[in-house]
Amino acid sequence: MSTDLLSGSPQQPHVELRGVGKSFGGTTILSDIDLAVARGSIHGLVGENGAGKSSLSKIVAGLLVADQGELLVDGEPLVFRSPREALAHGVATIAQELALVPSLTVAQNVFLGREPAAGGFVQRRELRARFDALVAETGFDLRADAVVGSLRTADQQKVEVLRALASGASFIIMDEPTAALSGQDVERLHEVVRSLARSGRTVLLISHFLGEVLELCDTVTVLRDGHLVRTAPTASESESSLIEAMLGRSLGSVFPQKGETHPSADVVLRVQDLVAPGVNGVSFSVRAGEIVGLAGLVGAGRSEIVHAIFGSSKRQAGTVTLGGTARARRGIAGALHSGMFLIPESRKDQGLVLQRSVRENVTLSNLARISRMGWVQRRAERLEVSGLLKDVTVAGDDRRGVAHLSGGNQQKVLFARALQHPRRLLIADEPTRGVDIGSRRAIYDLIVEHAARSIGVIVVSSDVEEILGLAHRVLVVRGGRIIAELEGERMTEENILVAAFAEAGVDHEQKATQVNP
Amino acid sequence: MTDKQPVAQATLAGPRFRQVQWRSVAILFPFLVLFIALSIGSPRFLNPLNLLNILDQQSATLMIAAAGTLVLISGGIDLSVGATYALSAVVAGTVTVSSGPVAGVLAALVVGLVVGLVNGVISTVLRVNSLIVTLAMSFIVAGVASLVTGGNLVVLFDRTDFAAIARTPFLGVRTSIWIMVVVVVVIGIVLARTTTGRYLYAAGGNPEAARLAGIRVNAVRILGFTLSGVAAALGGIVDTSRVLSAQASPGTALTFTVLAGIVVGGTSILGGEGAVWRTVVGVLFIALVGNGFNLLGVDALFQQITLGVILLVAVGIDAWSRVLRR
Repeated sequence: MSTDLLSGSPQQPHVELRGVGKSFGGTTILSDIDLAVARGSIHGLVGENGAGKSSLSKIVAGLLVADQGELLVDGEPLVFRSPREALAHGVATIAQELALVPSLTVAQNVFLGREPAAGGFVQRRELRARFDALVAETGFDLRADAVVGSLRTADQQKVEVLRALASGASFIIMDEPTAALSGQDVERLHEVVRSLARSGRTVLLISHFLGEVLELCDTVTVLRDGHLVRTAPTASESESSLIEAMLGRSLGSVFPQKGETHPSADVVLRVQDLVAPGVNGVSFSVRAGEIVGLAGLVGAGRSEIVHAIFGSSKRQAGTVTLGGTARARRGIAGALHSGMFLIPESRKDQGLVLQRSVRENVTLSNLARISRMGWVQRRAERLEVSGLLKDVTVAGDDRRGVAHLSGGNQQKVLFARALQHPRRLLIADEPTRGVDIGSRRAIYDLIVEHAARSIGVIVVSSDVEEILGLAHRVLVVRGGRIIAELEGERMTEENILVAAFAEAGVDHEQKATQVNP
Repeated sequence: MTDKQPVAQATLAGPRFRQVQWRSVAILFPFLVLFIALSIGSPRFLNPLNLLNILDQQSATLMIAAAGTLVLISGGIDLSVGATYALSAVVAGTVTVSSGPVAGVLAALVVGLVVGLVNGVISTVLRVNSLIVTLAMSFIVAGVASLVTGGNLVVLFDRTDFAAIARTPFLGVRTSIWIMVVVVVVIGIVLARTTTGRYLYAAGGNPEAARLAGIRVNAVRILGFTLSGVAAALGGIVDTSRVLSAQASPGTALTFTVLAGIVVGGTSILGGEGAVWRTVVGVLFIALVGNGFNLLGVDALFQQITLGVILLVAVGIDAWSRVLRR
């Protein structure tokens, strides 16, 4: 890599955004972003889930085109319409999901698609020489002929970084690079990031781990609801100041009145030392009529916990008791039979059979109720479904395909399915993801109505506001464990975020002994 | 409430219009056009004898395709039906010669059941792609059939008791057709009216959603494969009774006619969509093409080419309708 890549006056920002805005179908996800990233710096980007970090980085990387504003690289206004165009101007992204060919060697992966060749034959010696030059420059200790599939994740990320550098990248976007790494590898990757900056490259680091951002970055930008809150030198920031900047909205009137809960109400669900894939020992209980919120970051293990409770993932240890008795039948059928219901995270992948009608989707998990000796009683089905759809406020012919409904109405169809059978526990995983504001209120009403009927409710949500608006009690999940339980006055956005973002060693009530990020 | 009324009306009107999806009845138009064209073009076509003859010839294919529809809807594919058909035929013939027709029929049905069950278990419990499982199974089954016959033709020309299975006239129609009608109607009803039918659709349409709804997806799929195996055996029995001879064969032509009929009928190769009546129309459409070519004296070479083109068009429409829905 020659030094001409690293030219440009030090005063001029390497990449600059001026008044950038982006919206999807009427929803504004970024508005009026002014951001300057200095050459050779490590620039952090933080914010809650959905604050717009990923969208912002995608605009720089050429995966999205901004609706408003302009993007300047070395002072030159540009529009990237594809990642290839961005790469042509030195901008590369290291995604969370690595895109390497596991069966090829390190050097082959690094030069994949741009092998030095003569007459169609790869010039191996030349390839090796270039690889050595690249490694010498970055100081990575990687063997050129090691097979990538056998490397640990942190080393694979190094390969990914080298590949970006081999393609001439001088501005590297890293989206949650340490999310999949364990302690030692995190440190290795941090060293990679530092060495990139030392060699004059610029790194835009998106991370949920505030400690990491504070340790690595020179400058940090905080986003909230698609707005830029501030950009400041990390030296003048602390974890608490960043968290404060990330939150700060008043709770609107989108949420219905919470029902009363009685501390003496029967315990509906009791989970004891639950261990399952992604769940590392979880204990809690839910009372009748209570709405418990499971908060935490994406990937913290919230969905894994509810799937382990529901029986849709293998339970390795621990007990789940519903209504005082251990479940008689195992598995999902047993869970449904005992009065549990899970509205899964993804309507389209896990909830609905999109090719089928609304009616069939409502009755799918409860056909026994409207059938006799295996025969579906069509009249009973029609009457039952029309009643249920009325309850969940879905209008229109129920014989039409469920795929034609809006996201909100599709979600309501799943609630109708839940309502078809008397329940004791309802689990709703991300109930309003991709749902328009109008339907949101209707879904919140449904959740509160469930609770009012003495059903225990667990709501999993990445939207802290939603959790606060609905739940009587909040459990914060991190690394497959419950690391904080918040109730009453302590149930604030700040406390949830502090717990969710907390790093090992950070002091808070539950004394989190969190090692794996 | 009053000012909301027009909005509700508007949302109702759209879906109502869409309700009879063109896709579900699409096969009827080419079928009717071909039927009318053949009626006009050939005086021998629209004749009860010719039409009943077509049904008699197609009875095995129709039964196997009806059961195969269940497999496709549940998200699998069965390429072993041709070989299973041939093995059942030779088993039925061989056992009939040695122990009588009742034993022959039962033995053949058991063969079909076992092949179908093995297909289902391997493809679901062991999670091997059913395309590969049933392809491998078709080689095994065809090999076993050769072992049974020793390479000879199984001849039953003197067994009038076995011939009675398919050749007895009842109300002017042969029993081969009656058996086919009963089997196809039963399979059609199972799919359209029972909880099992619903589960088949769900298992193919979205297996994860079906699982989370408490459906035993594997059991449902195994049932589909088992019925497919039994139907193939029944087809083998009926055809052996019709022609009174059987021989070992991989049955590739039958397998592809069956699949072509199902797909031309509009059942999705990706699962979750389809109906037995559509398969019936699809199989008969292909049969009419063959019959028409014979009646009009067109070279048989063109039949194959035409069949291939029809199949491509059908699969193309299926894929295109998915693209449009995105």
